[in-house]
Amino acid sequence: MTTLEIEQLESQSLGARIISFIGRVIVATGIPMIAFFVLYQGFLFLRDSHAPRGVITLVAIVWGVGGVAILYWVFNNIVEKLHGLWRARILPFVFVGPAIAILSWYLAIPTLRTFWISLFDRDGPPHGLNILQQLASDAFVGLDNYRAVFTQDLMLQAFRNNLMWIVIGSTASVIFGLLIAALADRSRFENTAKSLIFLPMAISFVGASIIWNFIYEYRPEGQPQIGLLNSIVVSLGGIPQTWPQWVAISPWNNLFLIVIVVWLQAGFSMVLFSGALKGIPEELLEASRIDGATEIQTFFLIMIPYIRGTIISVWTTIVIFTLKIFDVVWVMTGGQFGTHVIATQFYRQSFTNLNSGFGSAIAIVLLLAVFPVMIYNLRQFREQEAF
Amino acid sequence: MKSGKRQKQVASLVVNGTLLLLVLIWTVPTLGIFVSSFRNRNDISSSGWWKIFPYRDWLPVREIDTKAAGLDPNGVMEVEGTSGTFEEFRAGIETPDGKRLTWIGNKRLGKIEVQELVWTATWNFTMDNYEQVLGGQDFTFTKPDGSEYIVPGDNMTGAFLNSLSVAVPSTVIPILIAAFAAYAFAWMKFPGRREMFILIVALLVVPLQIALVPILRDYKALNLNGTFLAIWLAHTGFGLALATYLLYNYISSLPRDILESAFIDGASHFTVFTRLILPLSVPALASFAIFQFLWVWNDYLVALIFLGGNPEFELVTQRMAAIAGARGQDWHLLTAGAFVSMILPLLVFFSLQRYFVRGLLAGSVKG
Repeated sequence: MTTLEIEQLESQSLGARIISFIGRVIVATGIPMIAFFVLYQGFLFLRDSHAPRGVITLVAIVWGVGGVAILYWVFNNIVEKLHGLWRARILPFVFVGPAIAILSWYLAIPTLRTFWISLFDRDGPPHGLNILQQLASDAFVGLDNYRAVFTQDLMLQAFRNNLMWIVIGSTASVIFGLLIAALADRSRFENTAKSLIFLPMAISFVGASIIWNFIYEYRPEGQPQIGLLNSIVVSLGGIPQTWPQWVAISPWNNLFLIVIVVWLQAGFSMVLFSGALKGIPEELLEASRIDGATEIQTFFLIMIPYIRGTIISVWTTIVIFTLKIFDVVWVMTGGQFGTHVIATQFYRQSFTNLNSGFGSAIAIVLLLAVFPVMIYNLRQFREQEAF
Repeated sequence: MKSGKRQKQVASLVVNGTLLLLVLIWTVPTLGIFVSSFRNRNDISSSGWWKIFPYRDWLPVREIDTKAAGLDPNGVMEVEGTSGTFEEFRAGIETPDGKRLTWIGNKRLGKIEVQELVWTATWNFTMDNYEQVLGGQDFTFTKPDGSEYIVPGDNMTGAFLNSLSVAVPSTVIPILIAAFAAYAFAWMKFPGRREMFILIVALLVVPLQIALVPILRDYKALNLNGTFLAIWLAHTGFGLALATYLLYNYISSLPRDILESAFIDGASHFTVFTRLILPLSVPALASFAIFQFLWVWNDYLVALIFLGGNPEFELVTQRMAAIAGARGQDWHLLTAGAFVSMILPLLVFFSLQRYFVRGLLAGSVKG
């Protein structure tokens, strides 16, 4: 409140003050109610309407984006009406509250709930019982789902494939990214080259699957090949292969899928390495050259050790990413031909077989796999004294 | 000194040559479907897309009427000084002067073409593929032999609009919520502040798979499944930890004196946030926005689960996966469709690449 407003208040009579108080209460309750009503109408429109697609799109965008902004504005207005001390106490929670609530609902609590579901058979914990009754029910299977996760053939295959993804996929992404970053750093065409290598980052996995399926496309022998790979094979005197034949050579068929992700991810590691390489002090490189080191020696003995931290963090990021790989495998093979990975098994068990106990156990295994990184992040955070 | 200069030239050649090779390997796959999406249906299925580049091929110069020349396809024929059987002519006989004689058609009604080896390129470009993929209506197609058949339309336009309805709010909502939270973490004091931020750091790498089964149950209970709100909230939930973390890093580094002078002037937190912090944070907001937009637009798994039951709300990724699954050989549709699904992310990417790179360098690690 500005001084002017306070002076005005003091000069008002009692009746005027009461009217202004009622007015405030109406405003404080009325505005939120109108806001909620408008938002609810929008929700109903979006859920039930059969208006033209373009209209729905427009309403969806305005309602979704505007709705959130209105909610903040309304809550802030309510709190601003409060007395000074309470305002200072409550306002921070208006600001952080929604974020914490959504994160709790969507990530933090589901971790516990998924763990709980993983202790039960395919339908999960029975409804309408309390925790103790649930534990006593027949549906409770203890760690049986986890035993199955680590013994079932398809799961073991998925673990093996995921290991290949992690070892080969992430390492290749790092090596190509580093190579391209180092080469581009010395080239006149740096920006163009980097943009073009980076471009696949904007392409979806589904799109990339189609792009690479086209490369692996097969036509019977004697006909002109329209897929690049078979065309090269034929021009070198080989016999064209169908996709299932390419992928029949399990477990190496996974390489045909891993290539796709290396193609998508190399741009990511390139950008980060490029930034790191530019951070190496020029004097250091100059000194090594004066000492007579070749370019290759400088690269391996000076540059790589200098950007080791970046290499480790990029590598970790891609490892976490490949651990959860799903779309490529699902669209390209659906997990057939021995290409299942953990995430496709998770999807198959949870949503195709509707075995939520087993699916949840797989999800918990995924979580355990990223646990070391989580611990590392938290430790890094604790070392930051600023907070 | 002279040898040093030469060495430098060689080094530059090696560097640029290797780089060119790598760039080619990275570009050719995309170029392939881009080119193919403009070729007509028959060209795609009968020749490789690289035939748009000049290549040498036998093309007819003139024809010889076999009846008029009195040729008998059942015996050895002599045509302009070259002799051979029907089978040999069918395969094509090369003459010493660099021409080729080829029997076209069947034995009874065939003709002989005199062909020459020339540079050529297949350049029959068309927009038909896009019309068919974008349009909702069926498409009648005439086969080379004159018969017609109908291919159902793919309505990528509808899927495109759906993706837009999902992607824009799913980008803006988490940014808005995260920015408010980041501001509070950076500039307000309140009990539980540290613990809440630790929660956010811990959730940075939690895989979203962990949440799918419980959230789907909640949605079913709330009757939210298959609605836009469901998927916006899901993307918000999965992107919020990273958004808050990145925005906090940025907002907490803004100079303190600007805010303090604003507070002295009597501005409320809300005013400072909307009038001062948001405009100052545009670079950070933009870089996360691009990141989130690409992620949501390209997402397949989350849409599959929370919108999967509602074919009316199918997104481009789902539409493409469906075409690939049902009609994996229809390359004229797949290539055009893939390009439609890529066009918006590519535009965003190229126009805002600077911000995107900055966002990556700030440490974007999505859980």
